[in-house]
Amino acid sequence: MNGRAILAIYRYEMARMWRTIGQSVVSPVLSTSLYFIVFGAAIGSQMQEIDGVSYGAFLVPGLVMLSLLTQSVSNAAFGIYFPKFTGTIYEVLSAPVSAFEILCGYVGAAATKSLILGAIILATATLFVDLQIAHPFWMLFFLVLTAVTFSLLGFIIGIWADGFDQLQIVPLLVITPLVFLGGSFYSISMLPDFWQTVTLFNPVLYLVSGFRWSFYEISDVSPMISILAILVFLTVCCTIIWWIFKTGYRLKS
Amino acid sequence: MTSQDQILISAKSVTKTYEDGFQALKGVDLDIVDGEIIALLGPNGAGKTTLISIICGIVNASSGTVTVAGHDIVDDYRKTRSLIGLVPQELTTDAFESVWSTVSFSRGLFGKPANPAHIEKVLKDLSLWDKKDNRIMQLSGGMKRRVLIAKALAHEPRILFLDEPTAGVDVELRKDMWAVVEQLRADGVTIILTTHYIEEAEAIADRIGVINKGEIIVVEEKAALMTKLGQKSLRLDLHAPLTRIPDNLSAFTGALDLSEDGSVLTYSYDTSAERTGITRLLAGLAEADVRVADLSTHQSSLEDIFVDLVREQA
Ligand SMILES: Nc1ncnc2c1ncn2[C@@H]1O[C@H](COP(=O)(O)OP(=O)(O)OP(=O)(O)O)[C@@H](O)[C@H]1O
Ligand SMILES: [Mg+2]
Repeated sequence: MNGRAILAIYRYEMARMWRTIGQSVVSPVLSTSLYFIVFGAAIGSQMQEIDGVSYGAFLVPGLVMLSLLTQSVSNAAFGIYFPKFTGTIYEVLSAPVSAFEILCGYVGAAATKSLILGAIILATATLFVDLQIAHPFWMLFFLVLTAVTFSLLGFIIGIWADGFDQLQIVPLLVITPLVFLGGSFYSISMLPDFWQTVTLFNPVLYLVSGFRWSFYEISDVSPMISILAILVFLTVCCTIIWWIFKTGYRLKS
Repeated sequence: MTSQDQILISAKSVTKTYEDGFQALKGVDLDIVDGEIIALLGPNGAGKTTLISIICGIVNASSGTVTVAGHDIVDDYRKTRSLIGLVPQELTTDAFESVWSTVSFSRGLFGKPANPAHIEKVLKDLSLWDKKDNRIMQLSGGMKRRVLIAKALAHEPRILFLDEPTAGVDVELRKDMWAVVEQLRADGVTIILTTHYIEEAEAIADRIGVINKGEIIVVEEKAALMTKLGQKSLRLDLHAPLTRIPDNLSAFTGALDLSEDGSVLTYSYDTSAERTGITRLLAGLAEADVRVADLSTHQSSLEDIFVDLVREQA
């Protein structure tokens, strides 16, 4: 195991984040604050509590998930796509590192970034609402596993992508709608029966629900199912990546 | 290459067919000796970069095997790759990184513990020390090329691949780079370089391999290659023009050539032949009463040899 190589990639990627601190951290924090002001303070004050939780507080886990998912995917996708695009990937490919080590470096850095971001958003949230966390362990569990899983997904997208626009497409056209329709801003019990059933096919529902449960002990689906779901997603992503490295797909010619 | 030379890299029947069906390498066999500088010459698209990329692990070979220091490049890739430093043909750098951090990154990537003293030495050797805190995008093309060399040397490799290190580099810097290569050779580093500049191969290589259309046409000691394939020619400027080659020189037909105006006789001969025939030729000329005003010899350069080889194959 070439631990130094993992660390080298990880540090290099983290340094890139500090350099681009503006787009990496500031803009998601800003947009999240806007959500709080518009949905939490302005509209939320007109809304009734959901299962005994004020709408502003109810929003927090969903907003954190929204940022965590989109940022994990785009950070990791960009992180591996960029050296492919500039050609600097040659060095990583010629180094005595295994595919797994490359993955650890890139995905580790991407996940770290989105975790830092999640923490900042949570901290920002405390400025607007009263936050309580019923199950800190499970909160962290969901936070970390979601960051890792979706960074893996981003890594896959980054390897698959042929152009910068493709990097944007998945977060924009897939992740964001899934998050919006996955009960981030409402409880699915508010939906008509038909749409409740449809929502059950949205993977993000399980993440948001489990994450919200770790805060307020309210959930749309059982927390056990949420835990199971995130583990399934993680396994799926790992399998795809294992296949990618096994076949050398799109990294080596 | 003598038998006691240690073979460091050995490629056996290496082929590469790209996804689009193009066969870039058609069974390459190549042994590289420990400590030597070998230059790979070949026209554009010959397969030089492909061969290097396979040995370094960037491209997977379609068939064949390569060993480096006795280790297979696929099964024992950690061992083989940690011995190798690669300077790619393209100037691929992270524009926003500083010189220092990108070179330090390379060392870490190859699993070596941090060693600022070594990085400092490498940067100084390549005259990059005063640029160490600059972002790469602030450097000139030649400096970027040197950053790539610094990155390749950061982990103290035993083998260095230089894929056209002096493409787009001015004469001054080219000489500097040759000096760096010379220094590395003195340190015992084995160097494989590709180049289009034949005088470069002539200047620094011990051996020369010529690749064309995915095949190695020849690999030889530089000197041997030049004498073996090298034709020398003797140019005789005549005092008075001739209308035709004198009859008593009929034995030289084919090798002897009279210029159109009849004032220059050119005699081509093989330096490795037992007799060059020069004495006989001169005696014959004296006999025929042809007076020679001046004479000079010309050895075909590597360039001529190279052009001949590649043309022959086409
Ligand atoms: N990724 C690729 N996909 C398809 N064909 C490729 C690929 N890379 C190289 N080739 C082809 O393989 C052949 C050999 O290319 P290579 O880059 O090895 O040549 P080279 O000898 O390094 O040439 P040059 O002197 O121009 O650098 C070329 O015909 C090239 O078009
Ligand atoms: Mg090339």
